Amino acid sequence: MSTSYGMIAEFDGPGSLFHAAEKIRDAGYVSFDTYTPFPIHGMDRAMGQKASHLPWLSLIGGLLGFTIGLALQTWISLDGYALIFSGKPLFSAPAFVPVTFELTILFTAFFTVFGMFGINKLPAWYHSIFNASRFGSVSSHGFFVSIESADAKYDSKETRAFLKSIGGSHIEEVEE
Amino acid sequence: MNTTVDLEVKRRPLVTGNQTFESISDIVCKPVEATPPKWWHIALLGSITLLALLMSMIGYLVWEGIGVWGLNNPVGWGWAIVNFVFWVGIGHAGTLISAILFLFRQKWRTSINRFAEAMTVFAVICALVFPGIHVGRIWMAYFMFPIPNSMAMWPNFRSALLWDVFAVGTYFTVSLLFWYVGLLPDLATLRDRAKTKTKKIVYGLFALGWRGSSRQWHHYEKAYMILAAIATPLVLSVHSIVSFDFATSQLPGWHTTIFPPYFVAGAVFSGFAMVLTLLLIARQIFNMKELVTMRHLENMCKFILATGMMVGYAYAMEFFMAWYSGNPYEQFAFTNRAFGNYAWAYWIMVSCNVLSPQFFWFKRFRNNIKLMWVISIFVNIGMWFERFVITVTSLSRDFLPSSWGYYSPTFVDVCTFIGSFGLFFTLFLLFLKFLPMVAISEVKGVMPEANPHHKEAH
Repeated sequence: MSTSYGMIAEFDGPGSLFHAAEKIRDAGYVSFDTYTPFPIHGMDRAMGQKASHLPWLSLIGGLLGFTIGLALQTWISLDGYALIFSGKPLFSAPAFVPVTFELTILFTAFFTVFGMFGINKLPAWYHSIFNASRFGSVSSHGFFVSIESADAKYDSKETRAFLKSIGGSHIEEVEE
Repeated sequence: MNTTVDLEVKRRPLVTGNQTFESISDIVCKPVEATPPKWWHIALLGSITLLALLMSMIGYLVWEGIGVWGLNNPVGWGWAIVNFVFWVGIGHAGTLISAILFLFRQKWRTSINRFAEAMTVFAVICALVFPGIHVGRIWMAYFMFPIPNSMAMWPNFRSALLWDVFAVGTYFTVSLLFWYVGLLPDLATLRDRAKTKTKKIVYGLFALGWRGSSRQWHHYEKAYMILAAIATPLVLSVHSIVSFDFATSQLPGWHTTIFPPYFVAGAVFSGFAMVLTLLLIARQIFNMKELVTMRHLENMCKFILATGMMVGYAYAMEFFMAWYSGNPYEQFAFTNRAFGNYAWAYWIMVSCNVLSPQFFWFKRFRNNIKLMWVISIFVNIGMWFERFVITVTSLSRDFLPSSWGYYSPTFVDVCTFIGSFGLFFTLFLLFLKFLPMVAISEVKGVMPEANPHHKEAH
């Protein structure tokens, strides 16, 4: 048999999955995950997940966009192509606001979306969890928990018994 | 009365008909998975024909030059700018629904946001056609962007027209990203349900291997919220900047400070009307009445009424300011709008935009689907005329009577505009066939069963 990725168990709804996640967290498992068709409110805390760092990435994107926007316009207007239009000063701060603002938003959006992909390691067209036989329903109505074999506490037999004790069904060992 | 406890207000449910998570997926995926009906093929054929008309008109324009349009001196801006503002405005309701209502936790938005966002993206594509082609020598269109070139020439950042390039470009990009991020979990649903190998590969490719992991949802939700938070000021800025195209000029009737808020309200107004026009049909055809309920439709009618009143207020305030400013040119411009050579257009605008939504004060009319649809069409027409009135009346009667003129469109103007609907509906019909038109994961998330503490004692 090839190497094991971990153990997967199915639960019947958001409520039972939520409490299962709390119990797994309290039992001391670290490398585990839950899978749901929609985000469940409060699941991050039930799983003991820390706050997302994504807003910092967005902020960096925003600052970068602001700087690039302002620098681009300043350089072009003062040096790159310095022409006087309708008697306005070469450096016309109010006139530079719209483009600076738009580039701030644009860069924030890029950093947010691609930052989220990066943190979530997407795209991931292959993932071991898809080897689980009943996992296809996860995007429709399935609620699953997995405990990974990488976890220090993982033990094929004990983990299976533990998942059963907290109410999991269709428990299955998933191949890498 | 005891005011120290929170009373739970009972609201009408957002999803009706005893749905389960699975049945929601079934309802929404059905049009995507089933063979498209006959009307879809006929409609697509019609749309593609109009799209071909648009392409041929653009080809003719590029070959012959701007002279094929009805533009003259002094009316140097005609249907191209009117259509541009019309289409950009339509997009705004989509962003309002997806971003602003999200920030305000208006959960009813989940049934209609995908639909409205798709409309945004397609409307902005239609809008981008017009500034692209109106430059005349379109092989010079790259002048609009700060691209290093051998002439060492750069754009003028003190021009409102250049701000527009950045505003609409950013708006399109951010709307597309927002839409795609929202689509991601639903693409995974389609991937997991796919019966054929091709569908599995194509949907799988775009779903990026989404597996519904809570550790991913955590960052995903954060990203969605940040996108909503930045799309909100963005949507307000876009139509403000579009209005600067007019407001930063010296022309009476254009040079007013009311333009940015007035344009934004008008944009949301026209966008909601377009959402309603399309949604009423789609809801009927695809049998989505349990997801897009009367409550959703009533809310949209209220939005149309509210923004219609704002637009009506702006019309009145423009007249007041013209009188109050004591500026004779300004006063003439507005008297001329209502009673001058384009009075017919002005009164079409007022009847469609201010009078027709008044029906929505009454619940009876907010529940009458046929009437709703008719009014939404009136609003669409009225908002197109609003841009026509603003653009053309002011230009045709400017400062010196010796330079006055009258503008009429040519067949090329008319066919280009009609053709742009072909572009819009071609994209929209393809969307209805290949993508889920309701945000599956979001609708599931607002069902009472989605709350992990549902049925638990508080």
